[in-house]
Amino acid sequence: MHEIALCEAIIEIVEEEARWRSFSKVRTVFVEIGALSHVAPEAMKFCFPAVVAGTIADGAALEIVELPGAAWCMACSRSVEIAQRYWACPCCGSYQLQVRAGEEMRVKELEVD
Amino acid sequence: MDCGADSAGLKVAGMSNERLIQIERDILYKNNRIASENRARFLADDLLVFNLVSGPGAGKTSLLVRAVSELRRRRPVGVIEGDQQTSNDAYRIRATGAPAIQINTGKACHLDAAMVAQAFHRLPPLSGGILFIENVGNLVCPAGFDLGEACKIVVFSTAEGEDKPLKYPDMFAASSLMLINKIDLAPILEFDLAKTIEYARRINPKIEVLTISARTGDGFAALYAWIREQGAHHRHSVEDAMR
Repeated sequence: MHEIALCEAIIEIVEEEARWRSFSKVRTVFVEIGALSHVAPEAMKFCFPAVVAGTIADGAALEIVELPGAAWCMACSRSVEIAQRYWACPCCGSYQLQVRAGEEMRVKELEVD
Repeated sequence: MDCGADSAGLKVAGMSNERLIQIERDILYKNNRIASENRARFLADDLLVFNLVSGPGAGKTSLLVRAVSELRRRRPVGVIEGDQQTSNDAYRIRATGAPAIQINTGKACHLDAAMVAQAFHRLPPLSGGILFIENVGNLVCPAGFDLGEACKIVVFSTAEGEDKPLKYPDMFAASSLMLINKIDLAPILEFDLAKTIEYARRINPKIEVLTISARTGDGFAALYAWIREQGAHHRHSVEDAMR
């Protein structure tokens, strides 16, 4: 359950922002999670309320925007969409894929009062 | 747009303080920043650092006990041990004469860069040597946390089944070397080495593979040669960084 550690890291970012942008309540935290990152969005949603309890984001909603995975196929020289790391190229079946996108784990924006 | 922020903290009827703030920051930016500081420190000390990851029971500590006792004849070697509980692994390493610091992560399932920075301060100087970080036995969580290492080495044993790389792809994608331990058991287990390598390279076409037995010492000469090669790469990056 490293999603707990990730939620704690999100709260640290939110608290840092609160110090210099002077807001006192967070309504929604928007995060972007890539399909190939090592995050299970459901697990993150599950532990978020417990981790934020008693912090500035107490009661805030967590909105997860999932980003697709993309790779460059070295065999057929094209960019392809992949949902899992163990996927073969959907065009030619090769496993010679270089991941180009989908590893993101970003705090995108905050809705605050 | 900022519609209602006021320094006095007053709310004006009809005006909402609600606003949207752009952040665009990596969730792990703090860990990554500390990892970069660790990496700079290791480079300055000409210290080669490996992050050993595996599931529980793959044989990380046994292979380290053998490797550390042999490698330390030529250069300083230290170990940082990560486990949820107990100092058993650090005791096993110290029995070889090498310094070892135990980190107990408690409830946490992985080491992070700040834990390694703290533990590193408690080790004696290891300049020009090797530091092994033995991560918590867990094939999932440690994959995402950079500690400042030169590279990750995933240890995997023949008793675990050929499809482990497919089941835990993140760790195999993040590692530079796959060490297949307990190779002496391969005939009894009818372990299919070719299939394992094929699966691992589906996930990570560039992953290097070595087979070893921490019990018999088989394959360790090749491992030491690989480490020497990494040391040469590492020195090039030190020279590049100083240029």
